[in-house]
Amino acid sequence: MIHLRLLTAALLLAAPAVAQDRIVTDATGRAVSVPADPARVFAAGPPAATLLYTLKPDAMVGWVTASKPADKPFLRPQAADLPALGRLTGRGDTLNLEVLLSARPDLIVDYGTVNATYADLAGRIQDQAGVPYVLIDGSFADMTEGIRRMANLLAVPDRGEVLAAYTERTLADLDALLAGIPQDARPTVYLARGPEGLETPARGSINAEIIERVGAVNVAQAETRGLATVSPEQVQAWAPEVIITIDRDFAANVGTMPEWQGIPAVKNGRVYLAPAAPFGFIDAPPSVNRLIGLTWLAHKLYPDAATGDLRAEVARFYDLFYGVRPDDAALSALLGE
Amino acid sequence: MPRCRPCWVSDRALTGLLAVGLIATLILGAAVGPFALSPATVLAVLAGERSDPQAVAVLLNIRLPRVLAAAVVGAALAAAGAAYQTVFRNPLVSPDILGVSAGAGFGAVLGILLGLPVMAIQMLGFGMGLATVGLVIGLTLALRGGGQVLMIVLCGIAIGALAGAGISLVKLLADPEQQLPAITFWLMGSLAGAKRADVAAALPALLIGILPLLALRWRIGLLAMGDDESRAMGVDAARLRVLVIACATLMTAAAVAMAGVIGWVGLMVPHMARLLTGPRFDRLLPAAILIGAGFMVLVDTAARTIATLEVPLGILTAVLGAPVFVWLLAKGARAWSE
Repeated sequence: MIHLRLLTAALLLAAPAVAQDRIVTDATGRAVSVPADPARVFAAGPPAATLLYTLKPDAMVGWVTASKPADKPFLRPQAADLPALGRLTGRGDTLNLEVLLSARPDLIVDYGTVNATYADLAGRIQDQAGVPYVLIDGSFADMTEGIRRMANLLAVPDRGEVLAAYTERTLADLDALLAGIPQDARPTVYLARGPEGLETPARGSINAEIIERVGAVNVAQAETRGLATVSPEQVQAWAPEVIITIDRDFAANVGTMPEWQGIPAVKNGRVYLAPAAPFGFIDAPPSVNRLIGLTWLAHKLYPDAATGDLRAEVARFYDLFYGVRPDDAALSALLGE
Repeated sequence: MPRCRPCWVSDRALTGLLAVGLIATLILGAAVGPFALSPATVLAVLAGERSDPQAVAVLLNIRLPRVLAAAVVGAALAAAGAAYQTVFRNPLVSPDILGVSAGAGFGAVLGILLGLPVMAIQMLGFGMGLATVGLVIGLTLALRGGGQVLMIVLCGIAIGALAGAGISLVKLLADPEQQLPAITFWLMGSLAGAKRADVAAALPALLIGILPLLALRWRIGLLAMGDDESRAMGVDAARLRVLVIACATLMTAAAVAMAGVIGWVGLMVPHMARLLTGPRFDRLLPAAILIGAGFMVLVDTAARTIATLEVPLGILTAVLGAPVFVWLLAKGARAWSE
């Protein structure tokens, strides 16, 4: 009996070689039967779409939202023009299941928060659409593991190992850098969103996770773990030393907006616009694209301690993860230099 | 008419008292906020002291414009509410009745969806608020309802529902990561981003709306008696009604464009004022303006101090407004019926 089980297990492990379904257990504990080599994969939300693109772009059937013109130079041409199909997770848009099915996916993947709502959603869609639906934990702390799990699911373990190794090295380099920086030398940071800069992801929010991971202090401690709207007076009271924004208008105007004057970050010219193409450096989506954001933040927050050439590192990351190596002009445009 | 209002205070004294109360709320609003400024610093900056640039920036660029914006919004909504209630002879009417909030809301969320600059978003909201009510009045005239109250209200409900559908459509199309939170927050009402320029832009609309109402307040009061009676007194009810609606709409659209949708104030404050003054519009209007301004300053002060994040004004006015309103109804049901 035991031999039989071992044999079955061995067969299951060897399964990618043959065109036969495998059973995987996803992050919610559901056992799902998935194709051995998924060829048409639908990503349920933007974080999953980004990870899927980096691992197996040929298997994508579409994006959650259409790529913007500014994103396209940084994406593989065959993936850049894939259609926008909508999303299954999160707030807002809901995908019409018939649209999903007409894209003929053989697997649906999601990468991100794991909770009862998403587990339930996965089960319901799988029953309704008859397409296997697998959830993978997308937390920052588990990023290396998440990449490996997704790569195994997509039957591209070698590609996954390359990206996971890069991720491991980036995080280890960051930890080594942080070990040499005392707590009092770590800046306080305000993350500004919206044209007025008054929307901010509070401490504990997935959109601000990267600030904590890079060792800095997010000043926005509020009654929410999500997106908070605050007043300029509150930002004045927080007096952040660095402002990171994802809004181009805000970055351009903050120097002349009277209500932002006197804040240390504005006074000292430490307001940085995070690059956003093809994926954001800070969040948008909160996926593996944040890895290069970590490196970028380390250079912006700890300019004296950070080593290495930021431009070269960005080019290497884009080449490795996105399959497109930006030239000098594209790099300058991307980094706003 | 001794039963119209409490006899212990004359009109002029009441106005004086309410004005003093408003000034007290303005001072309170200027004195408190998340950025720690001592009362001495606040007074020094107000007196012209400029040695601490950050205190000056916080007080003159952020806190004071916001306090003034709250006063303007409160005065506008309360005056518009009092005017609408009198013109439509109905105590349950609020400034939203003709769809101005829904129209202004639609314009503003459309601006957010299109990624327009903030000032353009506000102008679009203001313009769409006016256009909505203009459409309602034009429709009434085209349907030969010529200023009839019922016709105006029914057209208002129809056009308001259309604007509401437009808002829902914009929410559906908005980018759920960035635009949708902004739209949702805006629809709940807030003065978090109020600037000097906003106050400067809204103030003329408030004055253009409020001065004719004040000047004509005796005539407008006659509308409450009904069209036939007011005609007997030499007032063209239909024309006056359209003028009052235009003034009230102008103020409401300016308030909504700057602060988002804030419910309850336009409905509740006139009732609070009526308890003090009785139903006569010429007495009601000044009291409603002063109470509305003071009330909004207090609510906004709470909105920016009770938590680190901004509490939307619409939530606070509803939480405060619903119980107060019920209490007012229980206490002062007489005040309207007399």
